[in-house]
Amino acid sequence: MSLDAKIPEGPLDQKWTLHKNTIDLVNPANKRHIDVIVVGTGLAGGAAAASLAEMGYNVSAFCYQDSPRRAHSIAAQGGINAAKNYQNDGDSVYRLFYDTIKGGDYRSREANVYRLAEVSANIIDQCVAQGVPFAREYGGLLDNRSFGGVLVSRTFYAKGQTGQQLLLGAYSAMSRQIAKGKIKMYNRHEMLDLVVVDGKARGIIARNLVTGEVSRHSAHAVVLASGGYGNVFFLSTNAMGSNVTAAWKAHKKGAYFANPCFTQIHPTCIPRSGDHQSKLTLMSESLRNDGRIWVPKKKEDAEAIREGRLKPTELAEEDRDYYLERRYPAFGNLVPRDVASRAAKERCDAGYGVNPTGEAVYLDFAAAIERYGNEKATVLGLDNPSKEEIRRMGEEVIESKYGNLFQMYEKIVDENPYKTPMMIYPAVHYTMGGIWVDYNLMTTIPGCYATGEANFSDHGANRLGASALMQGLADGYFVLPYTIGEYLADEIRTGPIPIDTAEFDEAENAVNERIAKLLTINGSKPVDYFHKRLGLVMWNEVGMSRNAEGLSRAMDEMNQIKEEFWSDVKVPGTADSFNQELEKAGRVADLIELGILMAKDALVREESCGGHFREESVETSGEQEGEAKRDDENFKFVSAWEWTGDSREAQLHKEDLVFENVELKQRSYK
Amino acid sequence: MNLTLKVWRQKNARSTGKMETYEVKGISPDSSFLEMMDELNNDLIEKGEDPVAFDHDCREGICGSCSMHINGEAHGPDRLVTTCQLHMRKFNDGDTIYIEPWRAKPFPVIKDLVVDRTAFDRIIQSGGFVSVNTSGNTTDANAIPIEKENADKAFDAATCIGCGACVAACKNASAMLFVSAKVSQLALLPQGQVEREERVLNMVDQMDDEGFGNCSNTGACEVQCPKGISLDNIARMNREYAAAMAAKGEK
Repeated sequence: MSLDAKIPEGPLDQKWTLHKNTIDLVNPANKRHIDVIVVGTGLAGGAAAASLAEMGYNVSAFCYQDSPRRAHSIAAQGGINAAKNYQNDGDSVYRLFYDTIKGGDYRSREANVYRLAEVSANIIDQCVAQGVPFAREYGGLLDNRSFGGVLVSRTFYAKGQTGQQLLLGAYSAMSRQIAKGKIKMYNRHEMLDLVVVDGKARGIIARNLVTGEVSRHSAHAVVLASGGYGNVFFLSTNAMGSNVTAAWKAHKKGAYFANPCFTQIHPTCIPRSGDHQSKLTLMSESLRNDGRIWVPKKKEDAEAIREGRLKPTELAEEDRDYYLERRYPAFGNLVPRDVASRAAKERCDAGYGVNPTGEAVYLDFAAAIERYGNEKATVLGLDNPSKEEIRRMGEEVIESKYGNLFQMYEKIVDENPYKTPMMIYPAVHYTMGGIWVDYNLMTTIPGCYATGEANFSDHGANRLGASALMQGLADGYFVLPYTIGEYLADEIRTGPIPIDTAEFDEAENAVNERIAKLLTINGSKPVDYFHKRLGLVMWNEVGMSRNAEGLSRAMDEMNQIKEEFWSDVKVPGTADSFNQELEKAGRVADLIELGILMAKDALVREESCGGHFREESVETSGEQEGEAKRDDENFKFVSAWEWTGDSREAQLHKEDLVFENVELKQRSYK
Repeated sequence: MNLTLKVWRQKNARSTGKMETYEVKGISPDSSFLEMMDELNNDLIEKGEDPVAFDHDCREGICGSCSMHINGEAHGPDRLVTTCQLHMRKFNDGDTIYIEPWRAKPFPVIKDLVVDRTAFDRIIQSGGFVSVNTSGNTTDANAIPIEKENADKAFDAATCIGCGACVAACKNASAMLFVSAKVSQLALLPQGQVEREERVLNMVDQMDDEGFGNCSNTGACEVQCPKGISLDNIARMNREYAAAMAAKGEK
């Protein structure tokens, strides 16, 4: 099958408008006869469910959590971008588009990214109308801040809880439709298969996680908004339940999986403290607005700090290496995430890490506290304020901006970040790859759509800060509600989709057989044992730095893990009850297969690009010496993988990326 | 650290539960409480026993899933944290720790430490929103300036994560802190004005219908709220409710 992205004709800045003007519409009376299933209720799924229901479609929404309000979008801290130019610092739709394309290392689609930038301003208006309490200035207007990789302040935020506030906005819009009976909500339900009838997505098989009941749900279209798959690394900033199952099942039924190896490693996470660790915690990137990142200049100082003989506050200014400011003077501490992450790993690998395991760098707020304290003293007209007074006033300003993040850090690390610099280290955070979709967000299975982090199209090889929330809500509120009309307009005479057909029988039987198989292996190792082993291989060989030999080895090792899993996993309990180990077992089995595909994809991509550094592809001379080397001539494409029965045998399809409006440049942040 | 755990085990909503005793050994003081529970569960699975079911997800203190009563306190002894952010360094080697589900009639136990909190969803569905279409055709976000003081108060109320600790902490199993947080957020913002009276009346009615008790005036909810939601919100909700009732009478 050839990949047709269905990008509309016309100039870039008119494509979306022209497309909307010509797309098929469904008459309101007919919408009442059309059913849509939405899987996942985070920003993308929640917004889509609310919007589709409001338009008049009958929506069934599914989430594995006990309430849609707990989807993992809730944990996004920093903010959401929008080209409002409220700060009059020269922002525009084009600049947001350009920053996103460049930040993604030119591996995303021009048309999709431009549309994202275009609708971004509407998102803010919509959320404010819903009562989302964004940060405001004293004049009553909205406040903004900057994020990595950009030179303007276009990020709207609600302290360090932007994701929560936006999700509650979408959840409240959903709640309104649930009360009206337009959305039927299935909490604590997990999609375990996609049902395809005559080549079209016609429903899902879901398991009620409380009773274990496996049930059939039919619809005219299925929207997958099931998030990312970072948990393939075991340790990540994703919620514990985040998984790839819904997307993977669709992949096995014919949806191509695009760019699976594009993983975002986020630079500002709380470092790992030991083997007991189940989860990593992110500290918002917004901290890099005010924090300066450094490690000791001398190895002996780093060693003394690691052994507790020296405190970071005792180290003189000239003995500190502010390595981002040194290497990237134009962007400094605000370089994009992939650059900041790689630079931190490079310093730690070279022996300058500052925590006991040597896997941490400092994020220091002392200079900002002093600067803000002095500003405050000037505003208040204080003569000769004492150092303590300045410090106190400065700390107050920092607290008002990042208070909850500082509190969270203190609870986890047991150190006061106002008094001693925070420690941070990169961690797996977001996956840019996902199900392949065309401009209408439809997958290679007609009638099956993918939105938000579950699709691949907008972030390229690296995601800029504050653009995940933007994409989730753009897809859910403003893109899918239009584009799905093109497909559903042909469905108005279809009538309800029956569930007593051979296709539903087959899918349900397969689900039941797999559950039975997981419960009867009765081996010797818990699910977590396999998940941790998988994560270790992924982090070591398919993480920030990769090479051909390691990737081949990783595929073999993961295949071994897969075989052992299916012969030696121990899943206690029964199928007809609340069984969290059974849930986890199904998800880990899918993550193992995905891991193999990620390694395969990384092996094919013989270039350094975005979040991943291919050791064979590095700049050897000039100003960019030692930096990642992208290869546009050979790799300016999306890799879209087709399932053929085994991840190792997946078939590659290429979608060439066409850039008509931007010139592909070396990403330089110097 | 070595600890003795007394854990509430209950097979499902229909069965009776009881406390079981477990020993866990070699727990790192840097572990979170939930990571300690993971260790317990791995031991149980290896022994062929049923692991303890508990709700948890983000493990970053924000999703509101984790709902454990620890030594009689919602989310345990530390203040302003969820259970996932409670660390074992807050306990002593050799401690005995009691772990129970939220106890409230409107939160029936599903299994072990997992309870059903969908009553909260139904309260929100009764009016905890602004009725604006998701069309993107609203006014420009800066067209309605909001006083910073009000915006900040609305934000503070909006930080509620819906975990249910307030209900669990209250001897009347009152949901007033939760409901009042949403009522306050929207009552303080210009966007929430149109439906202000209807909202508070509907939400309070729904709260009563779900079987939550009245405010006990003891303030335990505020003390045990992981997000520091203030009792001021309850006072504001009471005023809103009284005003809405009076207005309804006039109409």
